[in-house]
Amino acid sequence: MKAVKILAVLLFSCLILAAPALAKDTIKIGAILAVTGPASFLGAPEAKTLEMLVEDINKKGGIKGMKVELIIKDSGASPEKALSFAKQLIEEDKVLAIIGPSTSGETMKIKSVAEEAKAILISCAAAEVIVNPVAKYVFKTPQMDKHAVIRIFEQMKVMKLAKAGVLSSNTGFGKAGKEQIEKLAAEHGVQVVASEAYDSKATDLTAEVTKVKAAGAEAIINWSIEPAQAIVIKNARQLGFKGPIFQSHGFGNIKYVEAAGEAAEGVIFPAGRLLIADVLPKNHPQKALLTKYKKDYESKFKEEASTFGGHAYDAMLILTKAIEKAGKADKEAVRNAIEGLTGLVGTAGTFNFSAQDHNGLDINAFEMLTVKKGKFELLATPAKKEGASKKK
Amino acid sequence: MNIELLSQYLVAGITYGTIYAIVAIGFNIIYNATGIINFAQGEFVMLGGMIAVSLHTFMPLPAAIVAAVLAAMIIGALIEIIFIRWLVSPSVLRMIIITIGISIFVREAALHVWGEAVRALPYFTGSEVTVISFGNVHISPQVLWVTGIAAIIVALLTFFFNYTLLGRQMRACSSNRDAARLCGINAKNMVTLSFVLSAGIGALAGCVVSPITYVQYDSGTGLAIKGFTVAILGGLGNSTAAIGAGLILGILESLCVMVLPTAFKDVVSISVLLLILFVRPSGIFGSVEASRLKEF
Amino acid sequence: MLRSKFLPIIIFVIAIVSVQVLTGLTDKAQYLTQLTMTGYYSLVIIGLCMLIGYAGQISLGHAGFFAIGGYVSAFLTTYNLAPHKEKPLVSVLSKTGLLGSMQDLYGGDTMVVNPWLACIAAVAVTVLIAYIIGGPILKLKGHYLAMATLGFGTIVYKVVLATSFFGAADGLSDIPGFKVLPGLEVSGKPGLRVQNYYIAWGLVALGMLLLTNLIHSRVGRALRSIHSAEDAANAMGINTGRYKLNIFVLSAVFAALAGVFLTHYNGGIGPSEASIMKSVRYVAIVAIGGMANLWGALAMGFVLNFLSLRGYFGSYDDAIFGVILILIMLFAPEGLLRREVFQGLKKRLSGKKSAGGQQA
Repeated sequence: MKAVKILAVLLFSCLILAAPALAKDTIKIGAILAVTGPASFLGAPEAKTLEMLVEDINKKGGIKGMKVELIIKDSGASPEKALSFAKQLIEEDKVLAIIGPSTSGETMKIKSVAEEAKAILISCAAAEVIVNPVAKYVFKTPQMDKHAVIRIFEQMKVMKLAKAGVLSSNTGFGKAGKEQIEKLAAEHGVQVVASEAYDSKATDLTAEVTKVKAAGAEAIINWSIEPAQAIVIKNARQLGFKGPIFQSHGFGNIKYVEAAGEAAEGVIFPAGRLLIADVLPKNHPQKALLTKYKKDYESKFKEEASTFGGHAYDAMLILTKAIEKAGKADKEAVRNAIEGLTGLVGTAGTFNFSAQDHNGLDINAFEMLTVKKGKFELLATPAKKEGASKKK
Repeated sequence: MNIELLSQYLVAGITYGTIYAIVAIGFNIIYNATGIINFAQGEFVMLGGMIAVSLHTFMPLPAAIVAAVLAAMIIGALIEIIFIRWLVSPSVLRMIIITIGISIFVREAALHVWGEAVRALPYFTGSEVTVISFGNVHISPQVLWVTGIAAIIVALLTFFFNYTLLGRQMRACSSNRDAARLCGINAKNMVTLSFVLSAGIGALAGCVVSPITYVQYDSGTGLAIKGFTVAILGGLGNSTAAIGAGLILGILESLCVMVLPTAFKDVVSISVLLLILFVRPSGIFGSVEASRLKEF
Repeated sequence: MLRSKFLPIIIFVIAIVSVQVLTGLTDKAQYLTQLTMTGYYSLVIIGLCMLIGYAGQISLGHAGFFAIGGYVSAFLTTYNLAPHKEKPLVSVLSKTGLLGSMQDLYGGDTMVVNPWLACIAAVAVTVLIAYIIGGPILKLKGHYLAMATLGFGTIVYKVVLATSFFGAADGLSDIPGFKVLPGLEVSGKPGLRVQNYYIAWGLVALGMLLLTNLIHSRVGRALRSIHSAEDAANAMGINTGRYKLNIFVLSAVFAALAGVFLTHYNGGIGPSEASIMKSVRYVAIVAIGGMANLWGALAMGFVLNFLSLRGYFGSYDDAIFGVILILIMLFAPEGLLRREVFQGLKKRLSGKKSAGGQQA
């Protein structure tokens, strides 16, 4: 009885309170992130990063004197919610821009919504389809999957490996990587001898690894973000697989190295430079920014910074710079300003946006890393690409 | 297909199967005592792992595991006392929904307590890369721990239910609650005890398997679904059969990886569940007569 | 008799219209987006309520039917048949005008199945699957029934996740609108908000009309007898199996239709629509509404889905559903909105509503 009354009153007051007062000197930025649910390992650090950044910006007096108001919506990685929130943020909250969503599936559902409503969308998801074909108002910050794949293939060439066994999880991340690997393998002289997609909640992958191993793989490439990527390397080593194991940039989280323990030794993977911020040479353009982000995040949240949080960091950074450049919080002006941003140093690399390139990162955004004594390290073999920072 | 490869698949299947079986045993204990399938059983496994990992940061492994199991037992008792004990002959539908609710609640609470991070206990013996090899067939020592502990659990349970007074009282309650009550057995306490027991076993399972499977706030659900499948395959309530059914399902899963894309592995195993339910709901090993006697 | 049967529907229709008018007047027309989505979810819920409440059969896999409807329609209306032009089936379809050419957002030409045909196909597939699995599933009782439906839901979820032409984890996007009638299009375009609201809730009203009629008919009486004493009903010569199966299929069709329409409205569908959590959520709402109470389920479905879609629950979305489930089942297993409560509420709310408004 009483519960009904309370619920009714609650609902009613919610409806009335729903429209917060609009102030002129604030910039409203929306964020749709998978803070909970199956993609929370992406959304949670992204949300934390954004909160930290906005707090910081406002403490310093805002962007061009305008305070930033951040509205974070937790989509739980459900596209239908992301869609509902996107419409809400665009139509009701009239946000300047939306940061997120965290996953490619969600981003693709709202890409056309943002495009039609002429709302800036800076996605934290990696899939290439987000920015290819280019939608006028849609950008993304993570590096391209294909660049990660190419870096791995190049490394394989250096190591004289030609047969790869591919494992990937049945998430959007795994799917995108698997597609790129299968697409690009032939032109890089790599033969995919087996390709298996496993359940993202898989608890043991012995059978899958056995299959790949039996197919004659010289190297294993695993593409996932979940705990499964630690399970893969463990199972592979336990099964006596001696060849090198490559992981995706999803491996860029020290937790997985800890979880895999000794098995993680020698794993090779492409990643942004956040993980090796402290060993970057002093003059590296990203050094200062990365060290600061890492330090701020880790001291505030008492957990290791991951590259995923970095995607949100970059999104906010791009927005801030674009607003400063445009001089006003106007959608059209800011959008144009983003397209004109070049040489912008972020956590993922150096962004060079243009009308055709709404990601702005090239293959040098990735560095090949390896695991040594439970720590991330730059891979000793010098990368052939120019511009990639080298370390003996 | 050579013999070595086949044995390697078999070993993988045994690993999966034993893990599923331990979860299934937890279901069976509560089912036997109450006629309830506790949909939150997977959460006990998760809690066991999570608590043990948290405790292990400042206490040695064995102590952390014991403490985690005890903590899970207390949680199990609390859940029973708060949510189930005082209900007067609830319908099956109501119990199903309540335990589902508990499962969601515990999972979400764990998310807000521990965050989304993945954790694991260290390997009990050796490390991640230690293997015991039989020719070309490799096996991780942790798998032996898991199978060993599963065997010990089954042995202890058999002993408990057959040779101890308390165990026999619990069995009496499950076969005929009213008659048991007339004999002076406190049926309600027996139900609580069943929750304590299955929470403890679940938590122990969570600790033992965590080096292999890792633990995360939502890792209970997936295990629970496989656990159900195994419990039903073996015949609800039959813990020894659960081990057999677990092995069958595990080996089936690992063999089906050989011929099918891995992504369809779960589809196959759950289709088997549906098939069994349609043709022989009493399970592979269960007796049809016994299952008819159970209340629904 | 006649009046009491139609009165609620009439009130319901008036409520639908007044909500729309109200949002228009208060400059809250954006709410119609979530209200429309809520409408489609409500369609699933009333169908499920019929199954759980009246036929007494729990289903923990109804999101599966929603997903089957949504995915089949989404797939057919996006899968480009142009490369298969020469195949006999495709050319026949194309000649009879059942294939539509359309341009995607970026100017590419594609040839896809007409949404009407896709919708019919989606429902047909659902009916087929529901009949096939319904027979053996509905022979089960209690835990076995719960497990079997849960298993079915899980299978749909895993199949969707594993199948690349269903977009695997990303789902399907860029699904075209569904022109139901000339000038009436199911689509998320901001300009079509009002008509989509009416399409959604019009469907719900039709569904309610159908179901309330069913309840007051011979079928309804038979169902109630199944619910209270199946063996007795059987002895009385009621073919309980057939009734249960038909209601199961009917509720599956409701879910599938909701899936089809919502998918076209959203312009996309993802595997989360097939997840177990979604199924549990539907059951939760039915339970909260009062198992055998269509209006109660509808009301709770409206409130909870709307709040959830507007993001009021934040990071506690699932947790809140869990807690609500536990509390309702512990303290009010008959549901929150039993008939008596409903009537009591009416009296009390008349005084309360204005008070709530003043506070805010």
